[in-house]
Amino acid sequence: MDAQLKEWIARVHDAAEAGKALCIRGGGSKDFYGAVPVGELLDTTGYRGIVSYEPTELVVTVRAGTPLAELEAALKEKGQCLPFEPPHFGAGATVGGMVAAGLSGPRRAAVGAVRDYVLGVKLIDGKGGLLAFGGQVMKNVAGYDVPRLMAGSLGTLGLLTEISLKVLPLPMAGMTLRFAMTETEALKKLNEWGGKPLPIAASAWCDGALTVRLAGAFAAVRAAREALGGEEVADAGAFWQSLREQTHPFFAGDSPLWRVAVASVSPPLAQPGSTFVEWGGAQRWLRGELDAGQLRAIAAQCGGHATLFRADAESKARVGVFQPLSPVLARLHRNLKQAFDPAGVFNRGRMYPDY
Amino acid sequence: MAFANDVRFPVDRREILGRLQAILPRHLVLAEEEELRPYECDGLTAYRALPLIVVLPETETQVGAILKACHELKVPLVPRGAATGLSGGAMPHEDGVVLSLARFKKILKIDPLSRTAVVQPGVRNLAVSEAAAPYGLYYAPDPSSQIACTIGGNVAENSGGVHCLKYGLTVHNVLKVRGFTINGEAVEFGAEALDAAGLDLLAIINGSEGLLAVITEVTVKLTPKPELAQVVLAYFDDVQKAGNAVADVIAAGIIPGGLEMMDKPATHAVEPYVKAGYDLDAEAVLLCESDGTPVEVAEEIERMKAVLEKSGATSLVVSQNEAERLRFWAGRKAAFPAVGRITPDYLCMDGTIPRKRLAEMLEAIADLSVKYGLRCANVFHAGDGNLHPLIMYDANQPGELERATAFGSEILELSVKLGGTITGEHGVGVEKVDLMAAQFTPAEISAFHRLKAAFDEKGLLNPGKGIPTLARCREYTQTRGAAAVTPPPRF
Ligand SMILES: Cc1cc2nc3c(=O)[nH]c(=O)nc-3n(C[C@H](O)[C@H](O)[C@H](O)COP(=O)(O)OP(=O)(O)OC[C@H]3O[C@@H](n4cnc5c(N)ncnc54)[C@H](O)[C@@H]3O)c2cc1C
Repeated sequence: MDAQLKEWIARVHDAAEAGKALCIRGGGSKDFYGAVPVGELLDTTGYRGIVSYEPTELVVTVRAGTPLAELEAALKEKGQCLPFEPPHFGAGATVGGMVAAGLSGPRRAAVGAVRDYVLGVKLIDGKGGLLAFGGQVMKNVAGYDVPRLMAGSLGTLGLLTEISLKVLPLPMAGMTLRFAMTETEALKKLNEWGGKPLPIAASAWCDGALTVRLAGAFAAVRAAREALGGEEVADAGAFWQSLREQTHPFFAGDSPLWRVAVASVSPPLAQPGSTFVEWGGAQRWLRGELDAGQLRAIAAQCGGHATLFRADAESKARVGVFQPLSPVLARLHRNLKQAFDPAGVFNRGRMYPDY
Repeated sequence: MAFANDVRFPVDRREILGRLQAILPRHLVLAEEEELRPYECDGLTAYRALPLIVVLPETETQVGAILKACHELKVPLVPRGAATGLSGGAMPHEDGVVLSLARFKKILKIDPLSRTAVVQPGVRNLAVSEAAAPYGLYYAPDPSSQIACTIGGNVAENSGGVHCLKYGLTVHNVLKVRGFTINGEAVEFGAEALDAAGLDLLAIINGSEGLLAVITEVTVKLTPKPELAQVVLAYFDDVQKAGNAVADVIAAGIIPGGLEMMDKPATHAVEPYVKAGYDLDAEAVLLCESDGTPVEVAEEIERMKAVLEKSGATSLVVSQNEAERLRFWAGRKAAFPAVGRITPDYLCMDGTIPRKRLAEMLEAIADLSVKYGLRCANVFHAGDGNLHPLIMYDANQPGELERATAFGSEILELSVKLGGTITGEHGVGVEKVDLMAAQFTPAEISAFHRLKAAFDEKGLLNPGKGIPTLARCREYTQTRGAAAVTPPPRF
């Protein structure tokens, strides 16, 4: 076994025995996300590298500390990609952090989320057990789907050490169109278009403009461009990148940023402050000091939930980062934490305060 | 064959029967042997067990009450959909109750704007697509059993179909599941939004084989029907060439709408049954589908043909209209029943391997067929590396079932050795419960048991299935010997 893994296992053992918390950290690019990290730092960045990559299998296996940029560069070289366009949020983002944070970028509504591409994981559980789940094949229903459960678990269930991901070819053609529209009109159009076999890869509405990205075969993109109209946007790559990495002016400044996930057909959320709509209407970003209780009630009515995505530590502690769970789900969460990490070693309180 | 379930419960039959009869009208509680008989197995007919009682609730309130009663009295419970499962997942527990969702048959909502359908678990897979068709939408995962199997069963097995390479498995097409925990509490996993707060429990409900919760409502995504689909039949004079052609297609950057393969024994079983028009001289046929706009399809079909030709296809036939396309697929989709016609019994294996090992696996299967003296037809979800060798046997011949089972086990053990898995879509059930020890270490099996206990502490939901007891693991390792259980080095 690799020396690094041995060392980590020993550390987890010690921490469990001493009742200490460990804070798993890759590049630290997502330190802002979730409750403020606590515990002794466990840095994953030393455990890196692509373990295997076979383009014809559409599968890549990497160590968790591998920089996301390094993985994406290797894929690009073979004409492939992580279609869900995970945000880096910083130069040091690692693949382990990408999976643990479970965040997906502009193409998510069209191609699926991080969880949809996780095929296998190796992890160290809270008792120091080194375990492998899933594998490197597309279909695998042996045992519970622990790999997908790890996506978005914020490191609360275990220390990911190795991850196998499904990858896809880069789309052959792309084009970006823009339309002048109100939010209500944009939501209506996006949902109508969603019901047609159009190669819509991503969408964004803000400030009276709806921007739509097409991606796919040349012929399909050409045909969609005819069908949709709108104005072609040259060099739109930077625009989509600015959404993915939240460098767009909408995301600038210190006022709290809320992420509201709702059914795509939900009407505008009618909150004070500005709105940015993504994912065909299913992801709404809001800026401002909003009433958390009220916003969460609205999000729930719209079939979703509201996350205090970026805010100061005090606000996060006061209203909680994530939407509170129903009593049954809260119990299942506590039980699962108990199943994977009974001593509460990993990322204590990062998701919900009680574990 | 009786399945020796090693998880048993001391149950007072009269007591639980009394409780259930208080919850449900008489006709929804079956307890006489002749009424129970039809429930003794699922699609894996080789294994059978008679339950104590079968209940057929009609409302969620009844489901909740049934679970509460079973939980209180510590009675095991097996959820059941259409019982088309091929791993014995819905096979009853001899100390327990079968909870059939057969009466949960309503499509509650089709919403074309949000492209979702809300359905009860007993709704048949195909019925969802039929209901969505007027809106130009369909439910993408299409298991070959789609006329019969239910959405509840699909979620519980995370079923795939012939189009899941491009459109995903059940887990990729389900937004939300409503259900009940073993203690009778209502619970919702997922959301109408694309994600839900907290851990992704929806991901583990998919494929949970009825071990974590009883599903009573499912919200699925609907997909716009492509304008056009066309399929290329590519014939090969050698199965290995066909296997390699699969990798070549993917290597060319093409993700076909479907990419399936059948070998000669399979086409020979299918042709008289379906009259799909397959060339019966070929050793293997690939079905490679393109979908999209007409221009897009025309372009992609040309690219596919070029790759397949270069990979050594002896002839290529492209479907010329929708009727012909459906006929070509009908042959593939009817492969299991077609093989069922030419043999008294068959076992369907479900291993998945890395695509590049297909040719190697085919060779091994041919050798095993000789070794065990049993015929085998091969049907593959080739694009996903998911194999369905159909091992033909006659249960009335002494020893044949045992030989067939041993043949199957060797295929699955080899799947693990080649870097794959013992099951791609049919589930572990009772059939492969021992083979779990070939793929997972005792520590991993224990982790699965802890996960299960997080949902069902008393272990009442579908006990003895899916995850082997550690005693079974030990026995497997001892009897199959170290040779059978040396997966590739993992750490
Ligand atoms: C001819 C044939 C072809 C097939 N082709 C395919 C294929 O292409 N792809 C594929 O993936 N499978 C295929 N299968 C297998 C089978 O059809 C699928 O596994 C299907 O999803 C089972 O659905 P069902 O309703 O019959 O479930 P059942 O067999 O009744 O149950 C399956 C499992 O789900 C559980 N379950 C059922 N309903 C619920 C519920 N409401 N809540 C909780 N748990 C529940 C049961 O306990 C059991 O463990 C095929 C089977 C046959 C016979």
